[in-house]
Amino acid sequence: MNQVSYKDWLPYPPNLSVHGPQIDQLITVVHYVMFVLFVVWGVYFVYCLVRFRQREGHKAEYHPAKGKIAKTGEVAVIVAEALLLVGLSIPVWASWRNDFPPRDTALTVRVVAEQFAWNFHYAGKDGVFGRTDVGLINNTGNSLGLDMKDPHAKDDIVTLNDLHIPVHQPVILELSSKDVIHSFTVNVLRVKQDATPGMMVPIHFEATQTGLFDVGCAQLCGLGHYRMKGQITIETPDQYSKWLTENTPQGGN
Amino acid sequence: MSDAVANHSVHAPAHHEELGFWRKYVFSTDHKVIGIWYGITALLFLFFGFSLMMLLRWQLAYPGQPLQLGWFTKLLGETRMPQGIMLPEFYNQLGAMHGTIMVFLGIVPLAVGAFGNYVMPLQIGAPDMAFPKINLASYWVYFIGGCVMLYSFFVPGGAPQSGWTSYAPLADIASTSQTYWLVGMIFLITSSLLGSINFIVTIVQLRAKGLSFFRLPFFVWAQFITSFLLLLAFPPLEAAGVLQLMDRVAGTSFFLPSGLVVSGQVLQNSGGGNPLLWQHLFWFLAHPEVYVLILPAMGIVSEIIANNTRKPLWGYRTLVYSIIFLGFMSFCVWAHHMFMTGMGTTMSNFFQTTTMIISIPSVVILTSLLLSLWKSSIRFNTPMLFALAFLPMFAIGGLTGLPLGLIAADIHLHDTWYVISHFHYVVAPGTIFALFAGIYYWYPKATGRQMNSFLGKLHFWPSLIFMNGVFFPMLLQGMAGLSRRLYDQTIYEHGKAVQPLSVYISISAWLLAIAQIPFIINFFWSMKKGKKVDSDNPWHSTTLEWATPTPPPHGNFIEPPEVFRGPYEYSVPGEDKDYTPQNERDTKNKKEDA
Repeated sequence: MNQVSYKDWLPYPPNLSVHGPQIDQLITVVHYVMFVLFVVWGVYFVYCLVRFRQREGHKAEYHPAKGKIAKTGEVAVIVAEALLLVGLSIPVWASWRNDFPPRDTALTVRVVAEQFAWNFHYAGKDGVFGRTDVGLINNTGNSLGLDMKDPHAKDDIVTLNDLHIPVHQPVILELSSKDVIHSFTVNVLRVKQDATPGMMVPIHFEATQTGLFDVGCAQLCGLGHYRMKGQITIETPDQYSKWLTENTPQGGN
Repeated sequence: MSDAVANHSVHAPAHHEELGFWRKYVFSTDHKVIGIWYGITALLFLFFGFSLMMLLRWQLAYPGQPLQLGWFTKLLGETRMPQGIMLPEFYNQLGAMHGTIMVFLGIVPLAVGAFGNYVMPLQIGAPDMAFPKINLASYWVYFIGGCVMLYSFFVPGGAPQSGWTSYAPLADIASTSQTYWLVGMIFLITSSLLGSINFIVTIVQLRAKGLSFFRLPFFVWAQFITSFLLLLAFPPLEAAGVLQLMDRVAGTSFFLPSGLVVSGQVLQNSGGGNPLLWQHLFWFLAHPEVYVLILPAMGIVSEIIANNTRKPLWGYRTLVYSIIFLGFMSFCVWAHHMFMTGMGTTMSNFFQTTTMIISIPSVVILTSLLLSLWKSSIRFNTPMLFALAFLPMFAIGGLTGLPLGLIAADIHLHDTWYVISHFHYVVAPGTIFALFAGIYYWYPKATGRQMNSFLGKLHFWPSLIFMNGVFFPMLLQGMAGLSRRLYDQTIYEHGKAVQPLSVYISISAWLLAIAQIPFIINFFWSMKKGKKVDSDNPWHSTTLEWATPTPPPHGNFIEPPEVFRGPYEYSVPGEDKDYTPQNERDTKNKKEDA
């Protein structure tokens, strides 16, 4: 499933998020612009190499070419870039960065990266994240330093490298890191965001299909960078709530 | 080296005393000798940096398979490649050091240190650099920086492995060798600062009589702007390097936030720092650095295109204004390297707008060079082949920057092979081709002999093919979403899907190495056996470096040259030859009937 599918002549991975097609559209249009420019330059270039090669009886002309067409071309490049910028890139980014879904309809999951794994922290049934404290972090079952004295923490779910989300529901991920900079990336959702220690950065998306996909790290984070792979399971709302129930710790109603 | 000697050599070039071997060839203050030292050292580093990558490409093509190369595999040892199987930490070392060596020890010293030093004073008609001793110092400081970098391979824990970008906190907590990287960088930066001041003063103060700014060859303009970039962009990185060094050795937390937990242990640091501060300081240098890599290349290509089209460059002033603007704008785009850090819309709108704006002067420069071909008379010698190939290769490099510069498209492409391909198209078949062009072009001036043109073509065509064999498939891998810097890409499903391309890329890289053999042979063989030049100006060029004896003596010109015209007066109507040198008086060489 998680492979390459040619679309618009470009080798994209499948695109399974609501915002994804806008990103692909921009990439495709930019590549058309690039392609046209390269071909026009290329044809002119090859023509010159053949037509104006040094040979008997051929002399260079001292006076410069008029360059009217070239100037028009330069203006066209400026216009094309401005349109791509104002028409596509800025609005797509603005909605990715600012138009977050309301918190009550979205699923919020905290993602805490570390060398070399992804911790996913669910608020559980009460919808409130339990308190965490770096002082409580240990390698024997409390990788996030969850304070179990906090009543909100009792139903929290923490998974390692295993992210479950429901399809067709907005999801907000809040990304941070325990040690160095990592970058959370899921190709098929067209999602990428650095996880930086000392910062918590939210992102949002909505999946349009179910399936099992790779979560990767895109920022060099040490010798295990390549194996910092998690899994994202996009499932139906029923499957998701079943998973949630099964994984809720005992005592956390 | 007393002041007297330095002054002597500047003011009385033709009658300087005989110097001993060491003073003449090793610790010479002659800009040409220093330039050649820079060139040889940088070429060796280029080859070494390339070798690191050839080794790394083995792991990418055949992940986890042993490399059976007998004594060579044994030499790498158990801590790097036990039984020939590469360890992930060694993979990261190769990647980090490839980048560092290619940029800071290979291309910049070759483009600026070697070509700038050798050619620029000749082109402006100067007897030497303004500060010959500072020039000598800048080479040796660079040399020490290079040695420190090389030594880092031998410290416990291996070479630096946090990428050439050395992002904090990873680099802050990395093994000992990162400290060597920082110390090495401080030497290299100091060297560049010394060099850039020298270049600026030389170009402002030592131009020949009549050589106004708008009569300067475009190469000199490119070096002039490059020097300003080095002078203004490197100090922030030097400061950042010192800060990171303090984080590592003095317990400060400039780039370390509070509450870091590494391997389950709370890090005992004061905290309160910011990892993004490093990125801002680093890229504030490293983006102008990209233009440090490309501007001298544009300068070399322009010289060679003007010479071999036998026609003035199209829009000389446009070219000059474009690189001035390019230099200025290069300080306003750095955060486009940080698009995925969590940037808000105000920042991202600013930086993607400036990024689109900076593409315009590049388009103008490329267009001007292409227009220079119109109604010209093109000589296809080896330097010209490399210079011409620069144009489409740089075009691909520039164009692939567009989707990366648009932040929404960058969500998908950031930190993938697409990025690697993009900047390598600019720097490898772009800048390195221009540097090869420059070597073939100025070799006769430095040695008095031509390089062999058959070997030159045998170098050019395979290099062009394999360069594209290496870098074009990377665009496809990046588009498929494959991240860079992965020790084993097949761990991901989409990595498996594009794995055959990795094999193809690696084979192209190894063939590219073989394609350099004709160049190496040519370089040494031609010194002794190359065809002797028939005059001081074998390419029939117009600029001043060809008005010196061949090779130019210490002090360069027999008598101070005087300049009467612009740099590219080729095929002037009414002249009896198709080039009119800058130093030729108006009255000479006119046709009787003109």
